[in-house]
Amino acid sequence: MDLKELYKEIILDHGKNPRNKKKCDGFNKDAKGNNPLCGDKVHVFLKLNDEKQVEDISFEGEGCAISIASASIMTEIIKGKDFNVAKKILENFIYMLKVGSKPSINSLTDNENTTIMSLSGVKQFPMRVKCATLAWHTFLHAAEDNKKVVNTEK
Amino acid sequence: MDIKEIKSKFPIFTNKVKGKKLVYLDSANSSQKPKAVIDRISNFYSKEFSNVGRSMHSLAVTATNRFEETRDLIKNFINAKSREEIVFTKNATEGINLIATTYGEKFIQDKDEIIITELEHHANYVPWHFLRKRKGAVIKFAECDKQGEVSVDSIKKLITNKTKLIAVTHVSNVTGTILPLNKIIDLAKTKKIPVLIDGCQGAPHLKLDVQKLDCDFYVMSCHKMYGPTGVGVLYAKKKWLDELPPYQGGGGMIDEVKKDDISFPESPTKFEAGTLQTAEIVGFAESIRFIENIGIKNITQHEKEITEYGLEKLKKNNSVSIIGDPKERGAILSFTIKGIHPHDIATILDDDGVAIRAGHHCCQILHEKMGIPATARASLGIYNSKEDIDILNESINKCNKIFNN
Repeated sequence: MDLKELYKEIILDHGKNPRNKKKCDGFNKDAKGNNPLCGDKVHVFLKLNDEKQVEDISFEGEGCAISIASASIMTEIIKGKDFNVAKKILENFIYMLKVGSKPSINSLTDNENTTIMSLSGVKQFPMRVKCATLAWHTFLHAAEDNKKVVNTEK
Repeated sequence: MDIKEIKSKFPIFTNKVKGKKLVYLDSANSSQKPKAVIDRISNFYSKEFSNVGRSMHSLAVTATNRFEETRDLIKNFINAKSREEIVFTKNATEGINLIATTYGEKFIQDKDEIIITELEHHANYVPWHFLRKRKGAVIKFAECDKQGEVSVDSIKKLITNKTKLIAVTHVSNVTGTILPLNKIIDLAKTKKIPVLIDGCQGAPHLKLDVQKLDCDFYVMSCHKMYGPTGVGVLYAKKKWLDELPPYQGGGGMIDEVKKDDISFPESPTKFEAGTLQTAEIVGFAESIRFIENIGIKNITQHEKEITEYGLEKLKKNNSVSIIGDPKERGAILSFTIKGIHPHDIATILDDDGVAIRAGHHCCQILHEKMGIPATARASLGIYNSKEDIDILNESINKCNKIFNN
């Protein structure tokens, strides 16, 4: 359990300068997520077109470096993907944090793979897994029109 | 006072955390346990265990005596008038729920008002919220100022002829504010309003005399008092315990049971349904003895010294903002570091063996008021030393290094 595995440069960067942290123009879906034990909050905005492609995605919220970085990385990676591909990335991402295998998505570029892998160190810090997965679960709720607020304690 | 010697009574400190010496700064959450308490529970199970207050055999008599001995010790510890005023619960939360339920049932009507403060832990808000939902009660929040103080005036201006209860914390678990209980209770007395004190952060640290304080209810959690988990104490004036209906129904809390009616015994039996945490209650006697051997005033003094040292040290650290600046502060130091979320602080500190808590500390109302979603909190116990504060401070510097602050 090395702190450097958790606080990689790329995570610190996304944590400090989160990408797509705004309400994106023309969003047609959104969902909220809470981590009630910590007080982390995220609101994901999604523009899903008729072909079920993620035209735009953004988020607002407050939380630790891990949760903000994870939300930021998620928006970068998922933007432009088909929903089914995005869902597969999400499943692999959560699997990586909970079980530990590498996500192997053909449609991810090397760069995207490196970015998403930067969060793999979170697995070594079980208390922080919820921080990293909150935005991703919330994205799924938004995409599937699930009006329930995501709650990491459920 | 030899803190090293006192600390050596706690087996947990012989363990390493991530290869480092444990610096435990999370006692407001739960304190560590001295060996005497751990051994007492083990010995009780090995040599004296049986259920209490029911059977006639020798073991039952011994167990009952040990169990009731704890009640006497608590009575003396807080200077209650009689042992019947001491009710065992599972924690302070249950103590407040007991009062909210029973007092609410009997005395609260639609539009009746309950005053709490913005400093309260969720345990002293949610049970009243249930009452708001169930009986239409109105909850009023006495404001806390920027220093984290709740003035008597802020409570006074909320009082109307509908006010049925004032429920306030003894010490804030975030800002460390020690509330002006004497003044609050004096005020309440003039208006004949009963007062409940959430003593979770008071009882482990401050000298308590409930007769002198003259509060109606005082709740505590034994696991914050060097005692076992699963045990709480509700102190209530005898007149209330006589007047309030039972809380939970079951074995042990009945007088006579017939098909068409049931009668109940006197307090505290009336409020202690079912088998309680017998071994833990017996074990808690050793916690009280531990505190009394050191002397609660010595504990207060020692913790004050370390708290002041911590305040001084952290104030010098430019990146750190201390939460609250109360005139009277308990053994709690909450803080934030510019540009670093408290969760990240907690993870980095943990890497150095420093255990703190990060989050809203079950005080979302207060955090919303302060406009910060979360804080990092270092809270002290008798085993903490200036060296622990030094390690904390070093570790805070490490946070800044990692985040390139």
